[in-house]
Amino acid sequence: MHLTLLSIDWLLLIEKCVLILIIISVSLVIAMYETWAERKVAAFMQDRRGPNRAGFGGLLQPMADGLKLFMKEEIIPTSSSKFLFVLGPGMAMLTAMMTSAVIPWSSHFHLFGRDVSMQIADVNIGILYIFGVVSMGVYGIMIGGWASNNKFSLLAAIRGASQIISYELAMGLAIIALLMITGTLSLGKMVEQQQEHGLYNFVVQPLGFLIFLVCAFAECNRTPFDLSEAENELNFGYHQEYSSMKLGFYLFAEYINMFISSALMASLYFGGFDIPFVNDAAFGAHFGQNPLAILQVVSLFGKIVLFIFFFMWVRWTIPRFRYDQLMNLGWKVLIPLALFNMLATGFIVLLKAHGWHF
Amino acid sequence: MQPLTSRSKAVERKPMTMWEKMYLPAIAKGMSITFGHMFKKKPTVNYPEKTRPFSPVFRGLHVLNRDEQGRERCTACGLCAVACPAEAITMEAAERLPGEENQYREEKYAAKYEINMLRCIFCGLCEEACPKDAIYLSETFAPANYTRKGFIYGKEELLIPNPVTQPEEYAKAKGL
Repeated sequence: MHLTLLSIDWLLLIEKCVLILIIISVSLVIAMYETWAERKVAAFMQDRRGPNRAGFGGLLQPMADGLKLFMKEEIIPTSSSKFLFVLGPGMAMLTAMMTSAVIPWSSHFHLFGRDVSMQIADVNIGILYIFGVVSMGVYGIMIGGWASNNKFSLLAAIRGASQIISYELAMGLAIIALLMITGTLSLGKMVEQQQEHGLYNFVVQPLGFLIFLVCAFAECNRTPFDLSEAENELNFGYHQEYSSMKLGFYLFAEYINMFISSALMASLYFGGFDIPFVNDAAFGAHFGQNPLAILQVVSLFGKIVLFIFFFMWVRWTIPRFRYDQLMNLGWKVLIPLALFNMLATGFIVLLKAHGWHF
Repeated sequence: MQPLTSRSKAVERKPMTMWEKMYLPAIAKGMSITFGHMFKKKPTVNYPEKTRPFSPVFRGLHVLNRDEQGRERCTACGLCAVACPAEAITMEAAERLPGEENQYREEKYAAKYEINMLRCIFCGLCEEACPKDAIYLSETFAPANYTRKGFIYGKEELLIPNPVTQPEEYAKAKGL
């Protein structure tokens, strides 16, 4: 008993707990400010000013919104299935949060004589884990829509579920091509490889990246693919019956998903925490590990912010797809393209392995 | 069907070319347009902090004028009420008593003078009708109110501050 307790690396446990705490709070803060940024970006693109009353430049607006959501009456429809109704938003939030576990936020810090890794769990099947968790995101939508006992919510939930499932296929196929090149499922290793080669996967896999990007939009239910909350057709979609902070959870989960998928795209295709145009190893040797790690975090967050801006930019430019168009794009365009990309990549990888000749 | 105007144009139904079917060029074009809009000058005026300047002939809220010695100019002749197309003005005349010469300029004055701001169309005909230069339209407009009654402005709201006894308020009301 005592021996097993001693054999656990308690410091590692504490370190990971602190890291989890930090990452979850950072995700929440970022999600909060994404709501602000979304309104600002929308406003600027439509020649408006956006929120500017609460605090300087409207920076306190998310707090005001949160306060408003907390003050609202919490309604659970009598005809709903109560347990599932409460479970839905929790599920959406949980899956949104869980994905961040395998993303490498930076190389490592050197603190208190220990190397503190900035990845919560460097599992060797990182990408499979992400796919597993992301597909659980369907449950948040599906349970919410089902438990509301409302036609529109159910329709929206079914739409959302089928959309996410359809686009997951193309996403997976796009990733397979990437895996063929990197030869690893661990996100940490992928980032390291890109760092060593100084060549981002985006250059090697432009088509794969494009497919992944489109699918990421669909997975996050962001605008060209926000059919599950199409206001003009389905009132408000799967979260129509929700109010107060339960609604807040759904909306928040969407923004956290956006943050995480931006982090994922940055890690997979844009070198993750690698500082662009700088040799990280040489920089670390010259200035020390900790400044390097901090700069790497900054670099990753810079990439994430760019991606988030891109998400918003697309949202305020492109109108929503019709449902059949959505399915056509998913099944008849993206999946064949992803298959083609996979085959072509496989062919080239094979050629390379044989020294460019058979 | 015969086209009713010369402007009608048949909708093109030709199938999309390969380039158009890719959507991406069109999307890129659209996105460049929205990005360009981010840096455009915003037409919004930050209202409570900044106000759009009114033109010098703007016809806003009415003011009952006083002369240089602070006496009310209005003699309750009723020409403004007659001129008013919206029938927004009512008044009651009273006779000036001895000792009130510093308050009212002439022997007759308006004891009650009301304008219903909900009826008023701010045409300025009262201003033109007034022979005594007693009413004119300022450059402000009626603020919001909770009741309809609140929009019936009496003498307290309309009368300009006395330039002799309240010079500061008078200057402020004049916008000096």
